[in-house]
Amino acid sequence: MSAASGIAAAYPGEWRTPSRGRIAMLALIIGEAAIFTIFVVAYVFYIGKSLSGPTPQQVLDVPVFATICLLSSSLTIWLAERAIERNRMNAFTLWLGGTICLGLIFLGGTAIEWHKLIYHDGLTISTNLFGTTYYSLVGLHATHVVVGLTMLTIVFLFAVARCVEQKHAERISVLAMYWHFVDLVWVVVFTVVYVIGR
Amino acid sequence: MSENSLRLPSSIDLTSSPSSAEALQQWLHEWVVTVDHKRLGILYIVYAIFFLLVAGAEAVAIRIQLAFPGNHFLVAQAYNRFFTMHGTTMVFLVGIPILFGFGNYVVPLQIGARDMAYPRLNAFSFWLTAFGGLFLYYSFLGGGGLYGVGTAPDVGWWAYAPLTAKAFSPGHATDYWALALIVSGFGTLGTAINIIATVISMRCKGMTMMRVPLFSWLMLVVSGLTLITITPLTAAQIMLVIDRYLGGHFFDTQAGGSAVIWMHFFWIFGHPEVYVLVLPAFAIANEVIPVFSRKAIFGYPAMVAASVGIAFISLSVWAHHMFTVGMTSVSNTFFVLSTMMVGIPTGIKIFNWLATIWGGKIRFATPMLFCTAFLYQFLIAGLTGIMLAVAPWNWQLHNSYFVIAHFHYVLVGAIVFCIFAGIYYWYPKATGRMLSEKLGKWHFWLFLIGFHVTFDTMHFVGILGMPRSIYTYEPNRGWNTLNLVVSFGGIIQAVAVLLFALNLIWSYFRGQQAGNDPWDAWTLEWSTTSPPPAYNFVEEPIVRSRRPLWDLKHPEDPDWEYEG
Repeated sequence: MSAASGIAAAYPGEWRTPSRGRIAMLALIIGEAAIFTIFVVAYVFYIGKSLSGPTPQQVLDVPVFATICLLSSSLTIWLAERAIERNRMNAFTLWLGGTICLGLIFLGGTAIEWHKLIYHDGLTISTNLFGTTYYSLVGLHATHVVVGLTMLTIVFLFAVARCVEQKHAERISVLAMYWHFVDLVWVVVFTVVYVIGR
Repeated sequence: MSENSLRLPSSIDLTSSPSSAEALQQWLHEWVVTVDHKRLGILYIVYAIFFLLVAGAEAVAIRIQLAFPGNHFLVAQAYNRFFTMHGTTMVFLVGIPILFGFGNYVVPLQIGARDMAYPRLNAFSFWLTAFGGLFLYYSFLGGGGLYGVGTAPDVGWWAYAPLTAKAFSPGHATDYWALALIVSGFGTLGTAINIIATVISMRCKGMTMMRVPLFSWLMLVVSGLTLITITPLTAAQIMLVIDRYLGGHFFDTQAGGSAVIWMHFFWIFGHPEVYVLVLPAFAIANEVIPVFSRKAIFGYPAMVAASVGIAFISLSVWAHHMFTVGMTSVSNTFFVLSTMMVGIPTGIKIFNWLATIWGGKIRFATPMLFCTAFLYQFLIAGLTGIMLAVAPWNWQLHNSYFVIAHFHYVLVGAIVFCIFAGIYYWYPKATGRMLSEKLGKWHFWLFLIGFHVTFDTMHFVGILGMPRSIYTYEPNRGWNTLNLVVSFGGIIQAVAVLLFALNLIWSYFRGQQAGNDPWDAWTLEWSTTSPPPAYNFVEEPIVRSRRPLWDLKHPEDPDWEYEG
């Protein structure tokens, strides 16, 4: 039926195409990067353009500890990746749990920061341009952290239930790509919001 | 099972012969839960053709209103809604879905794959797009919300601020517009990711990147461009929703926000979007022109390079939509030059197509007729594009009907013509039956004549100074006759499209049997049955050149002896 099989002379050598998981995740990351770019451009464009206070200089504190935690989580997930490649499943579960904890600490830091800004400094998304752009950009990133944590937690639960095996290493590395991206975006957001904009 | 994939319920072969209601239910169920790329491709195309008829009807209403000065067919508010919905529908619910429909149906077959890389993501993306469209049209009923009678969005498809602010767009019409585009935008993103993963990772044995058929190559480029094109729009829509619902100030000039930044964000999406739509049209021409000229495509590597070049250049031209907004002379110069640069890779493509036709044994079947018209019309569209790229000329003609004529020359003269070519070309593969050539030629000639009567004339109305987006005009402007001619051409086009719809239905039941390879073509989709089985290929194909079926049909003179 398939006439193409007529040309099925033995193919010389092994046929390999790139991993579809990595390609698809890379494509998603490129698309997401474009979304973040627009929000970052809006933030930078509106720095100092608010017609009323509070200003970033008055209310923003640099979240050093949360940032250290989030950036460290890139290291722990890399260790988790390495562990599963070497079939050390207990170490994998441990490093994965560590990654989740660090991500949760980061989110907790954001929650405390927002609580202070809203209830102490009176800055909401509708207060001024700074509020609008700040909550949108940081909130967009936090949303991505939540999505990443959800996926990591699902894997963690499977790992605790001993359902994750070495053969899943590639899927874990695809998930890790996303998490590294979330961390990388934070470097940009941090620079724009807390260094340039403050 | 698969041979029945396109039959209507009455013809489904079920051994237990249930009642027709049950059969209908089962048939519907199969189509709703399907993850098969061929069915999803057909769903995309049927969905897009449906909205093509809807948005076409809106265009006809617009043209009836403008046929005579001071006409009362549509009141001003309804006119605004109609041109907003016409533009939004044609771009988001016709252009993108139909091209992704082709991509879905053809790409896995062309690269010898069993299915897309992510079949379930594929289904999810389709249904997001589908519900996005229904959501947009629900605004006719629900757009007024608590404020009174229902309305559709009336802010133009570009939705410039501050028109979209709560104060100027009360009710929910604009929210339906923004949310529908966010939803369908995520569907588009999902399909783009899927096509990229499919073309890169699912190729059959021997199909190196430089042996991938040009249609699939261009779908890869388009999908890559889509990733960074549709997402800025999604981001801008999220900002708009924040402004409207949470009291944000992104585009609120009274709080220091900027209306111009919306224009930038919109056109950073809006201009590459034109290339997202036109590159698949090129992709169709890349398949049809060689097959009907009986020659291999001229300059395959140059075609690939030109497509990638267009994708990159298209990212740096957006502000040529904003010359009249008032930019610095440096920005003006930059966007003039970058816009003109697009002419280089597109010129390469036109010459390659001409060189492919040159000396060929041309068969003027309906797909080739549409592609031949496409070549000339796209050339003219490109030339008026270069005229509009010159900033002083643009200051004179911007937002006139000259601009409308220019971009309809691209969107209709190039894209719609190629879409028709693609449907005539692949319909036999999808259904097993040929579209009627006789009706097809009627469709082609009527549509061609209607197209030129409408859009050639529209250039003159524009040069005479008629601005876009006006619901009527005074009788003493000297636009009366020309507008009547434009509207008359619109009616001819509408008749042609109805003939086409008739052809689709009639040929489905009565069309001539197609066989596997009715066009004597060279890519892998023609090696399997029409319609293809659910699994596509019995054996995984192995290819050694860009034209595997040529190699098969001509073992004495295979392509792989010539390709490097």
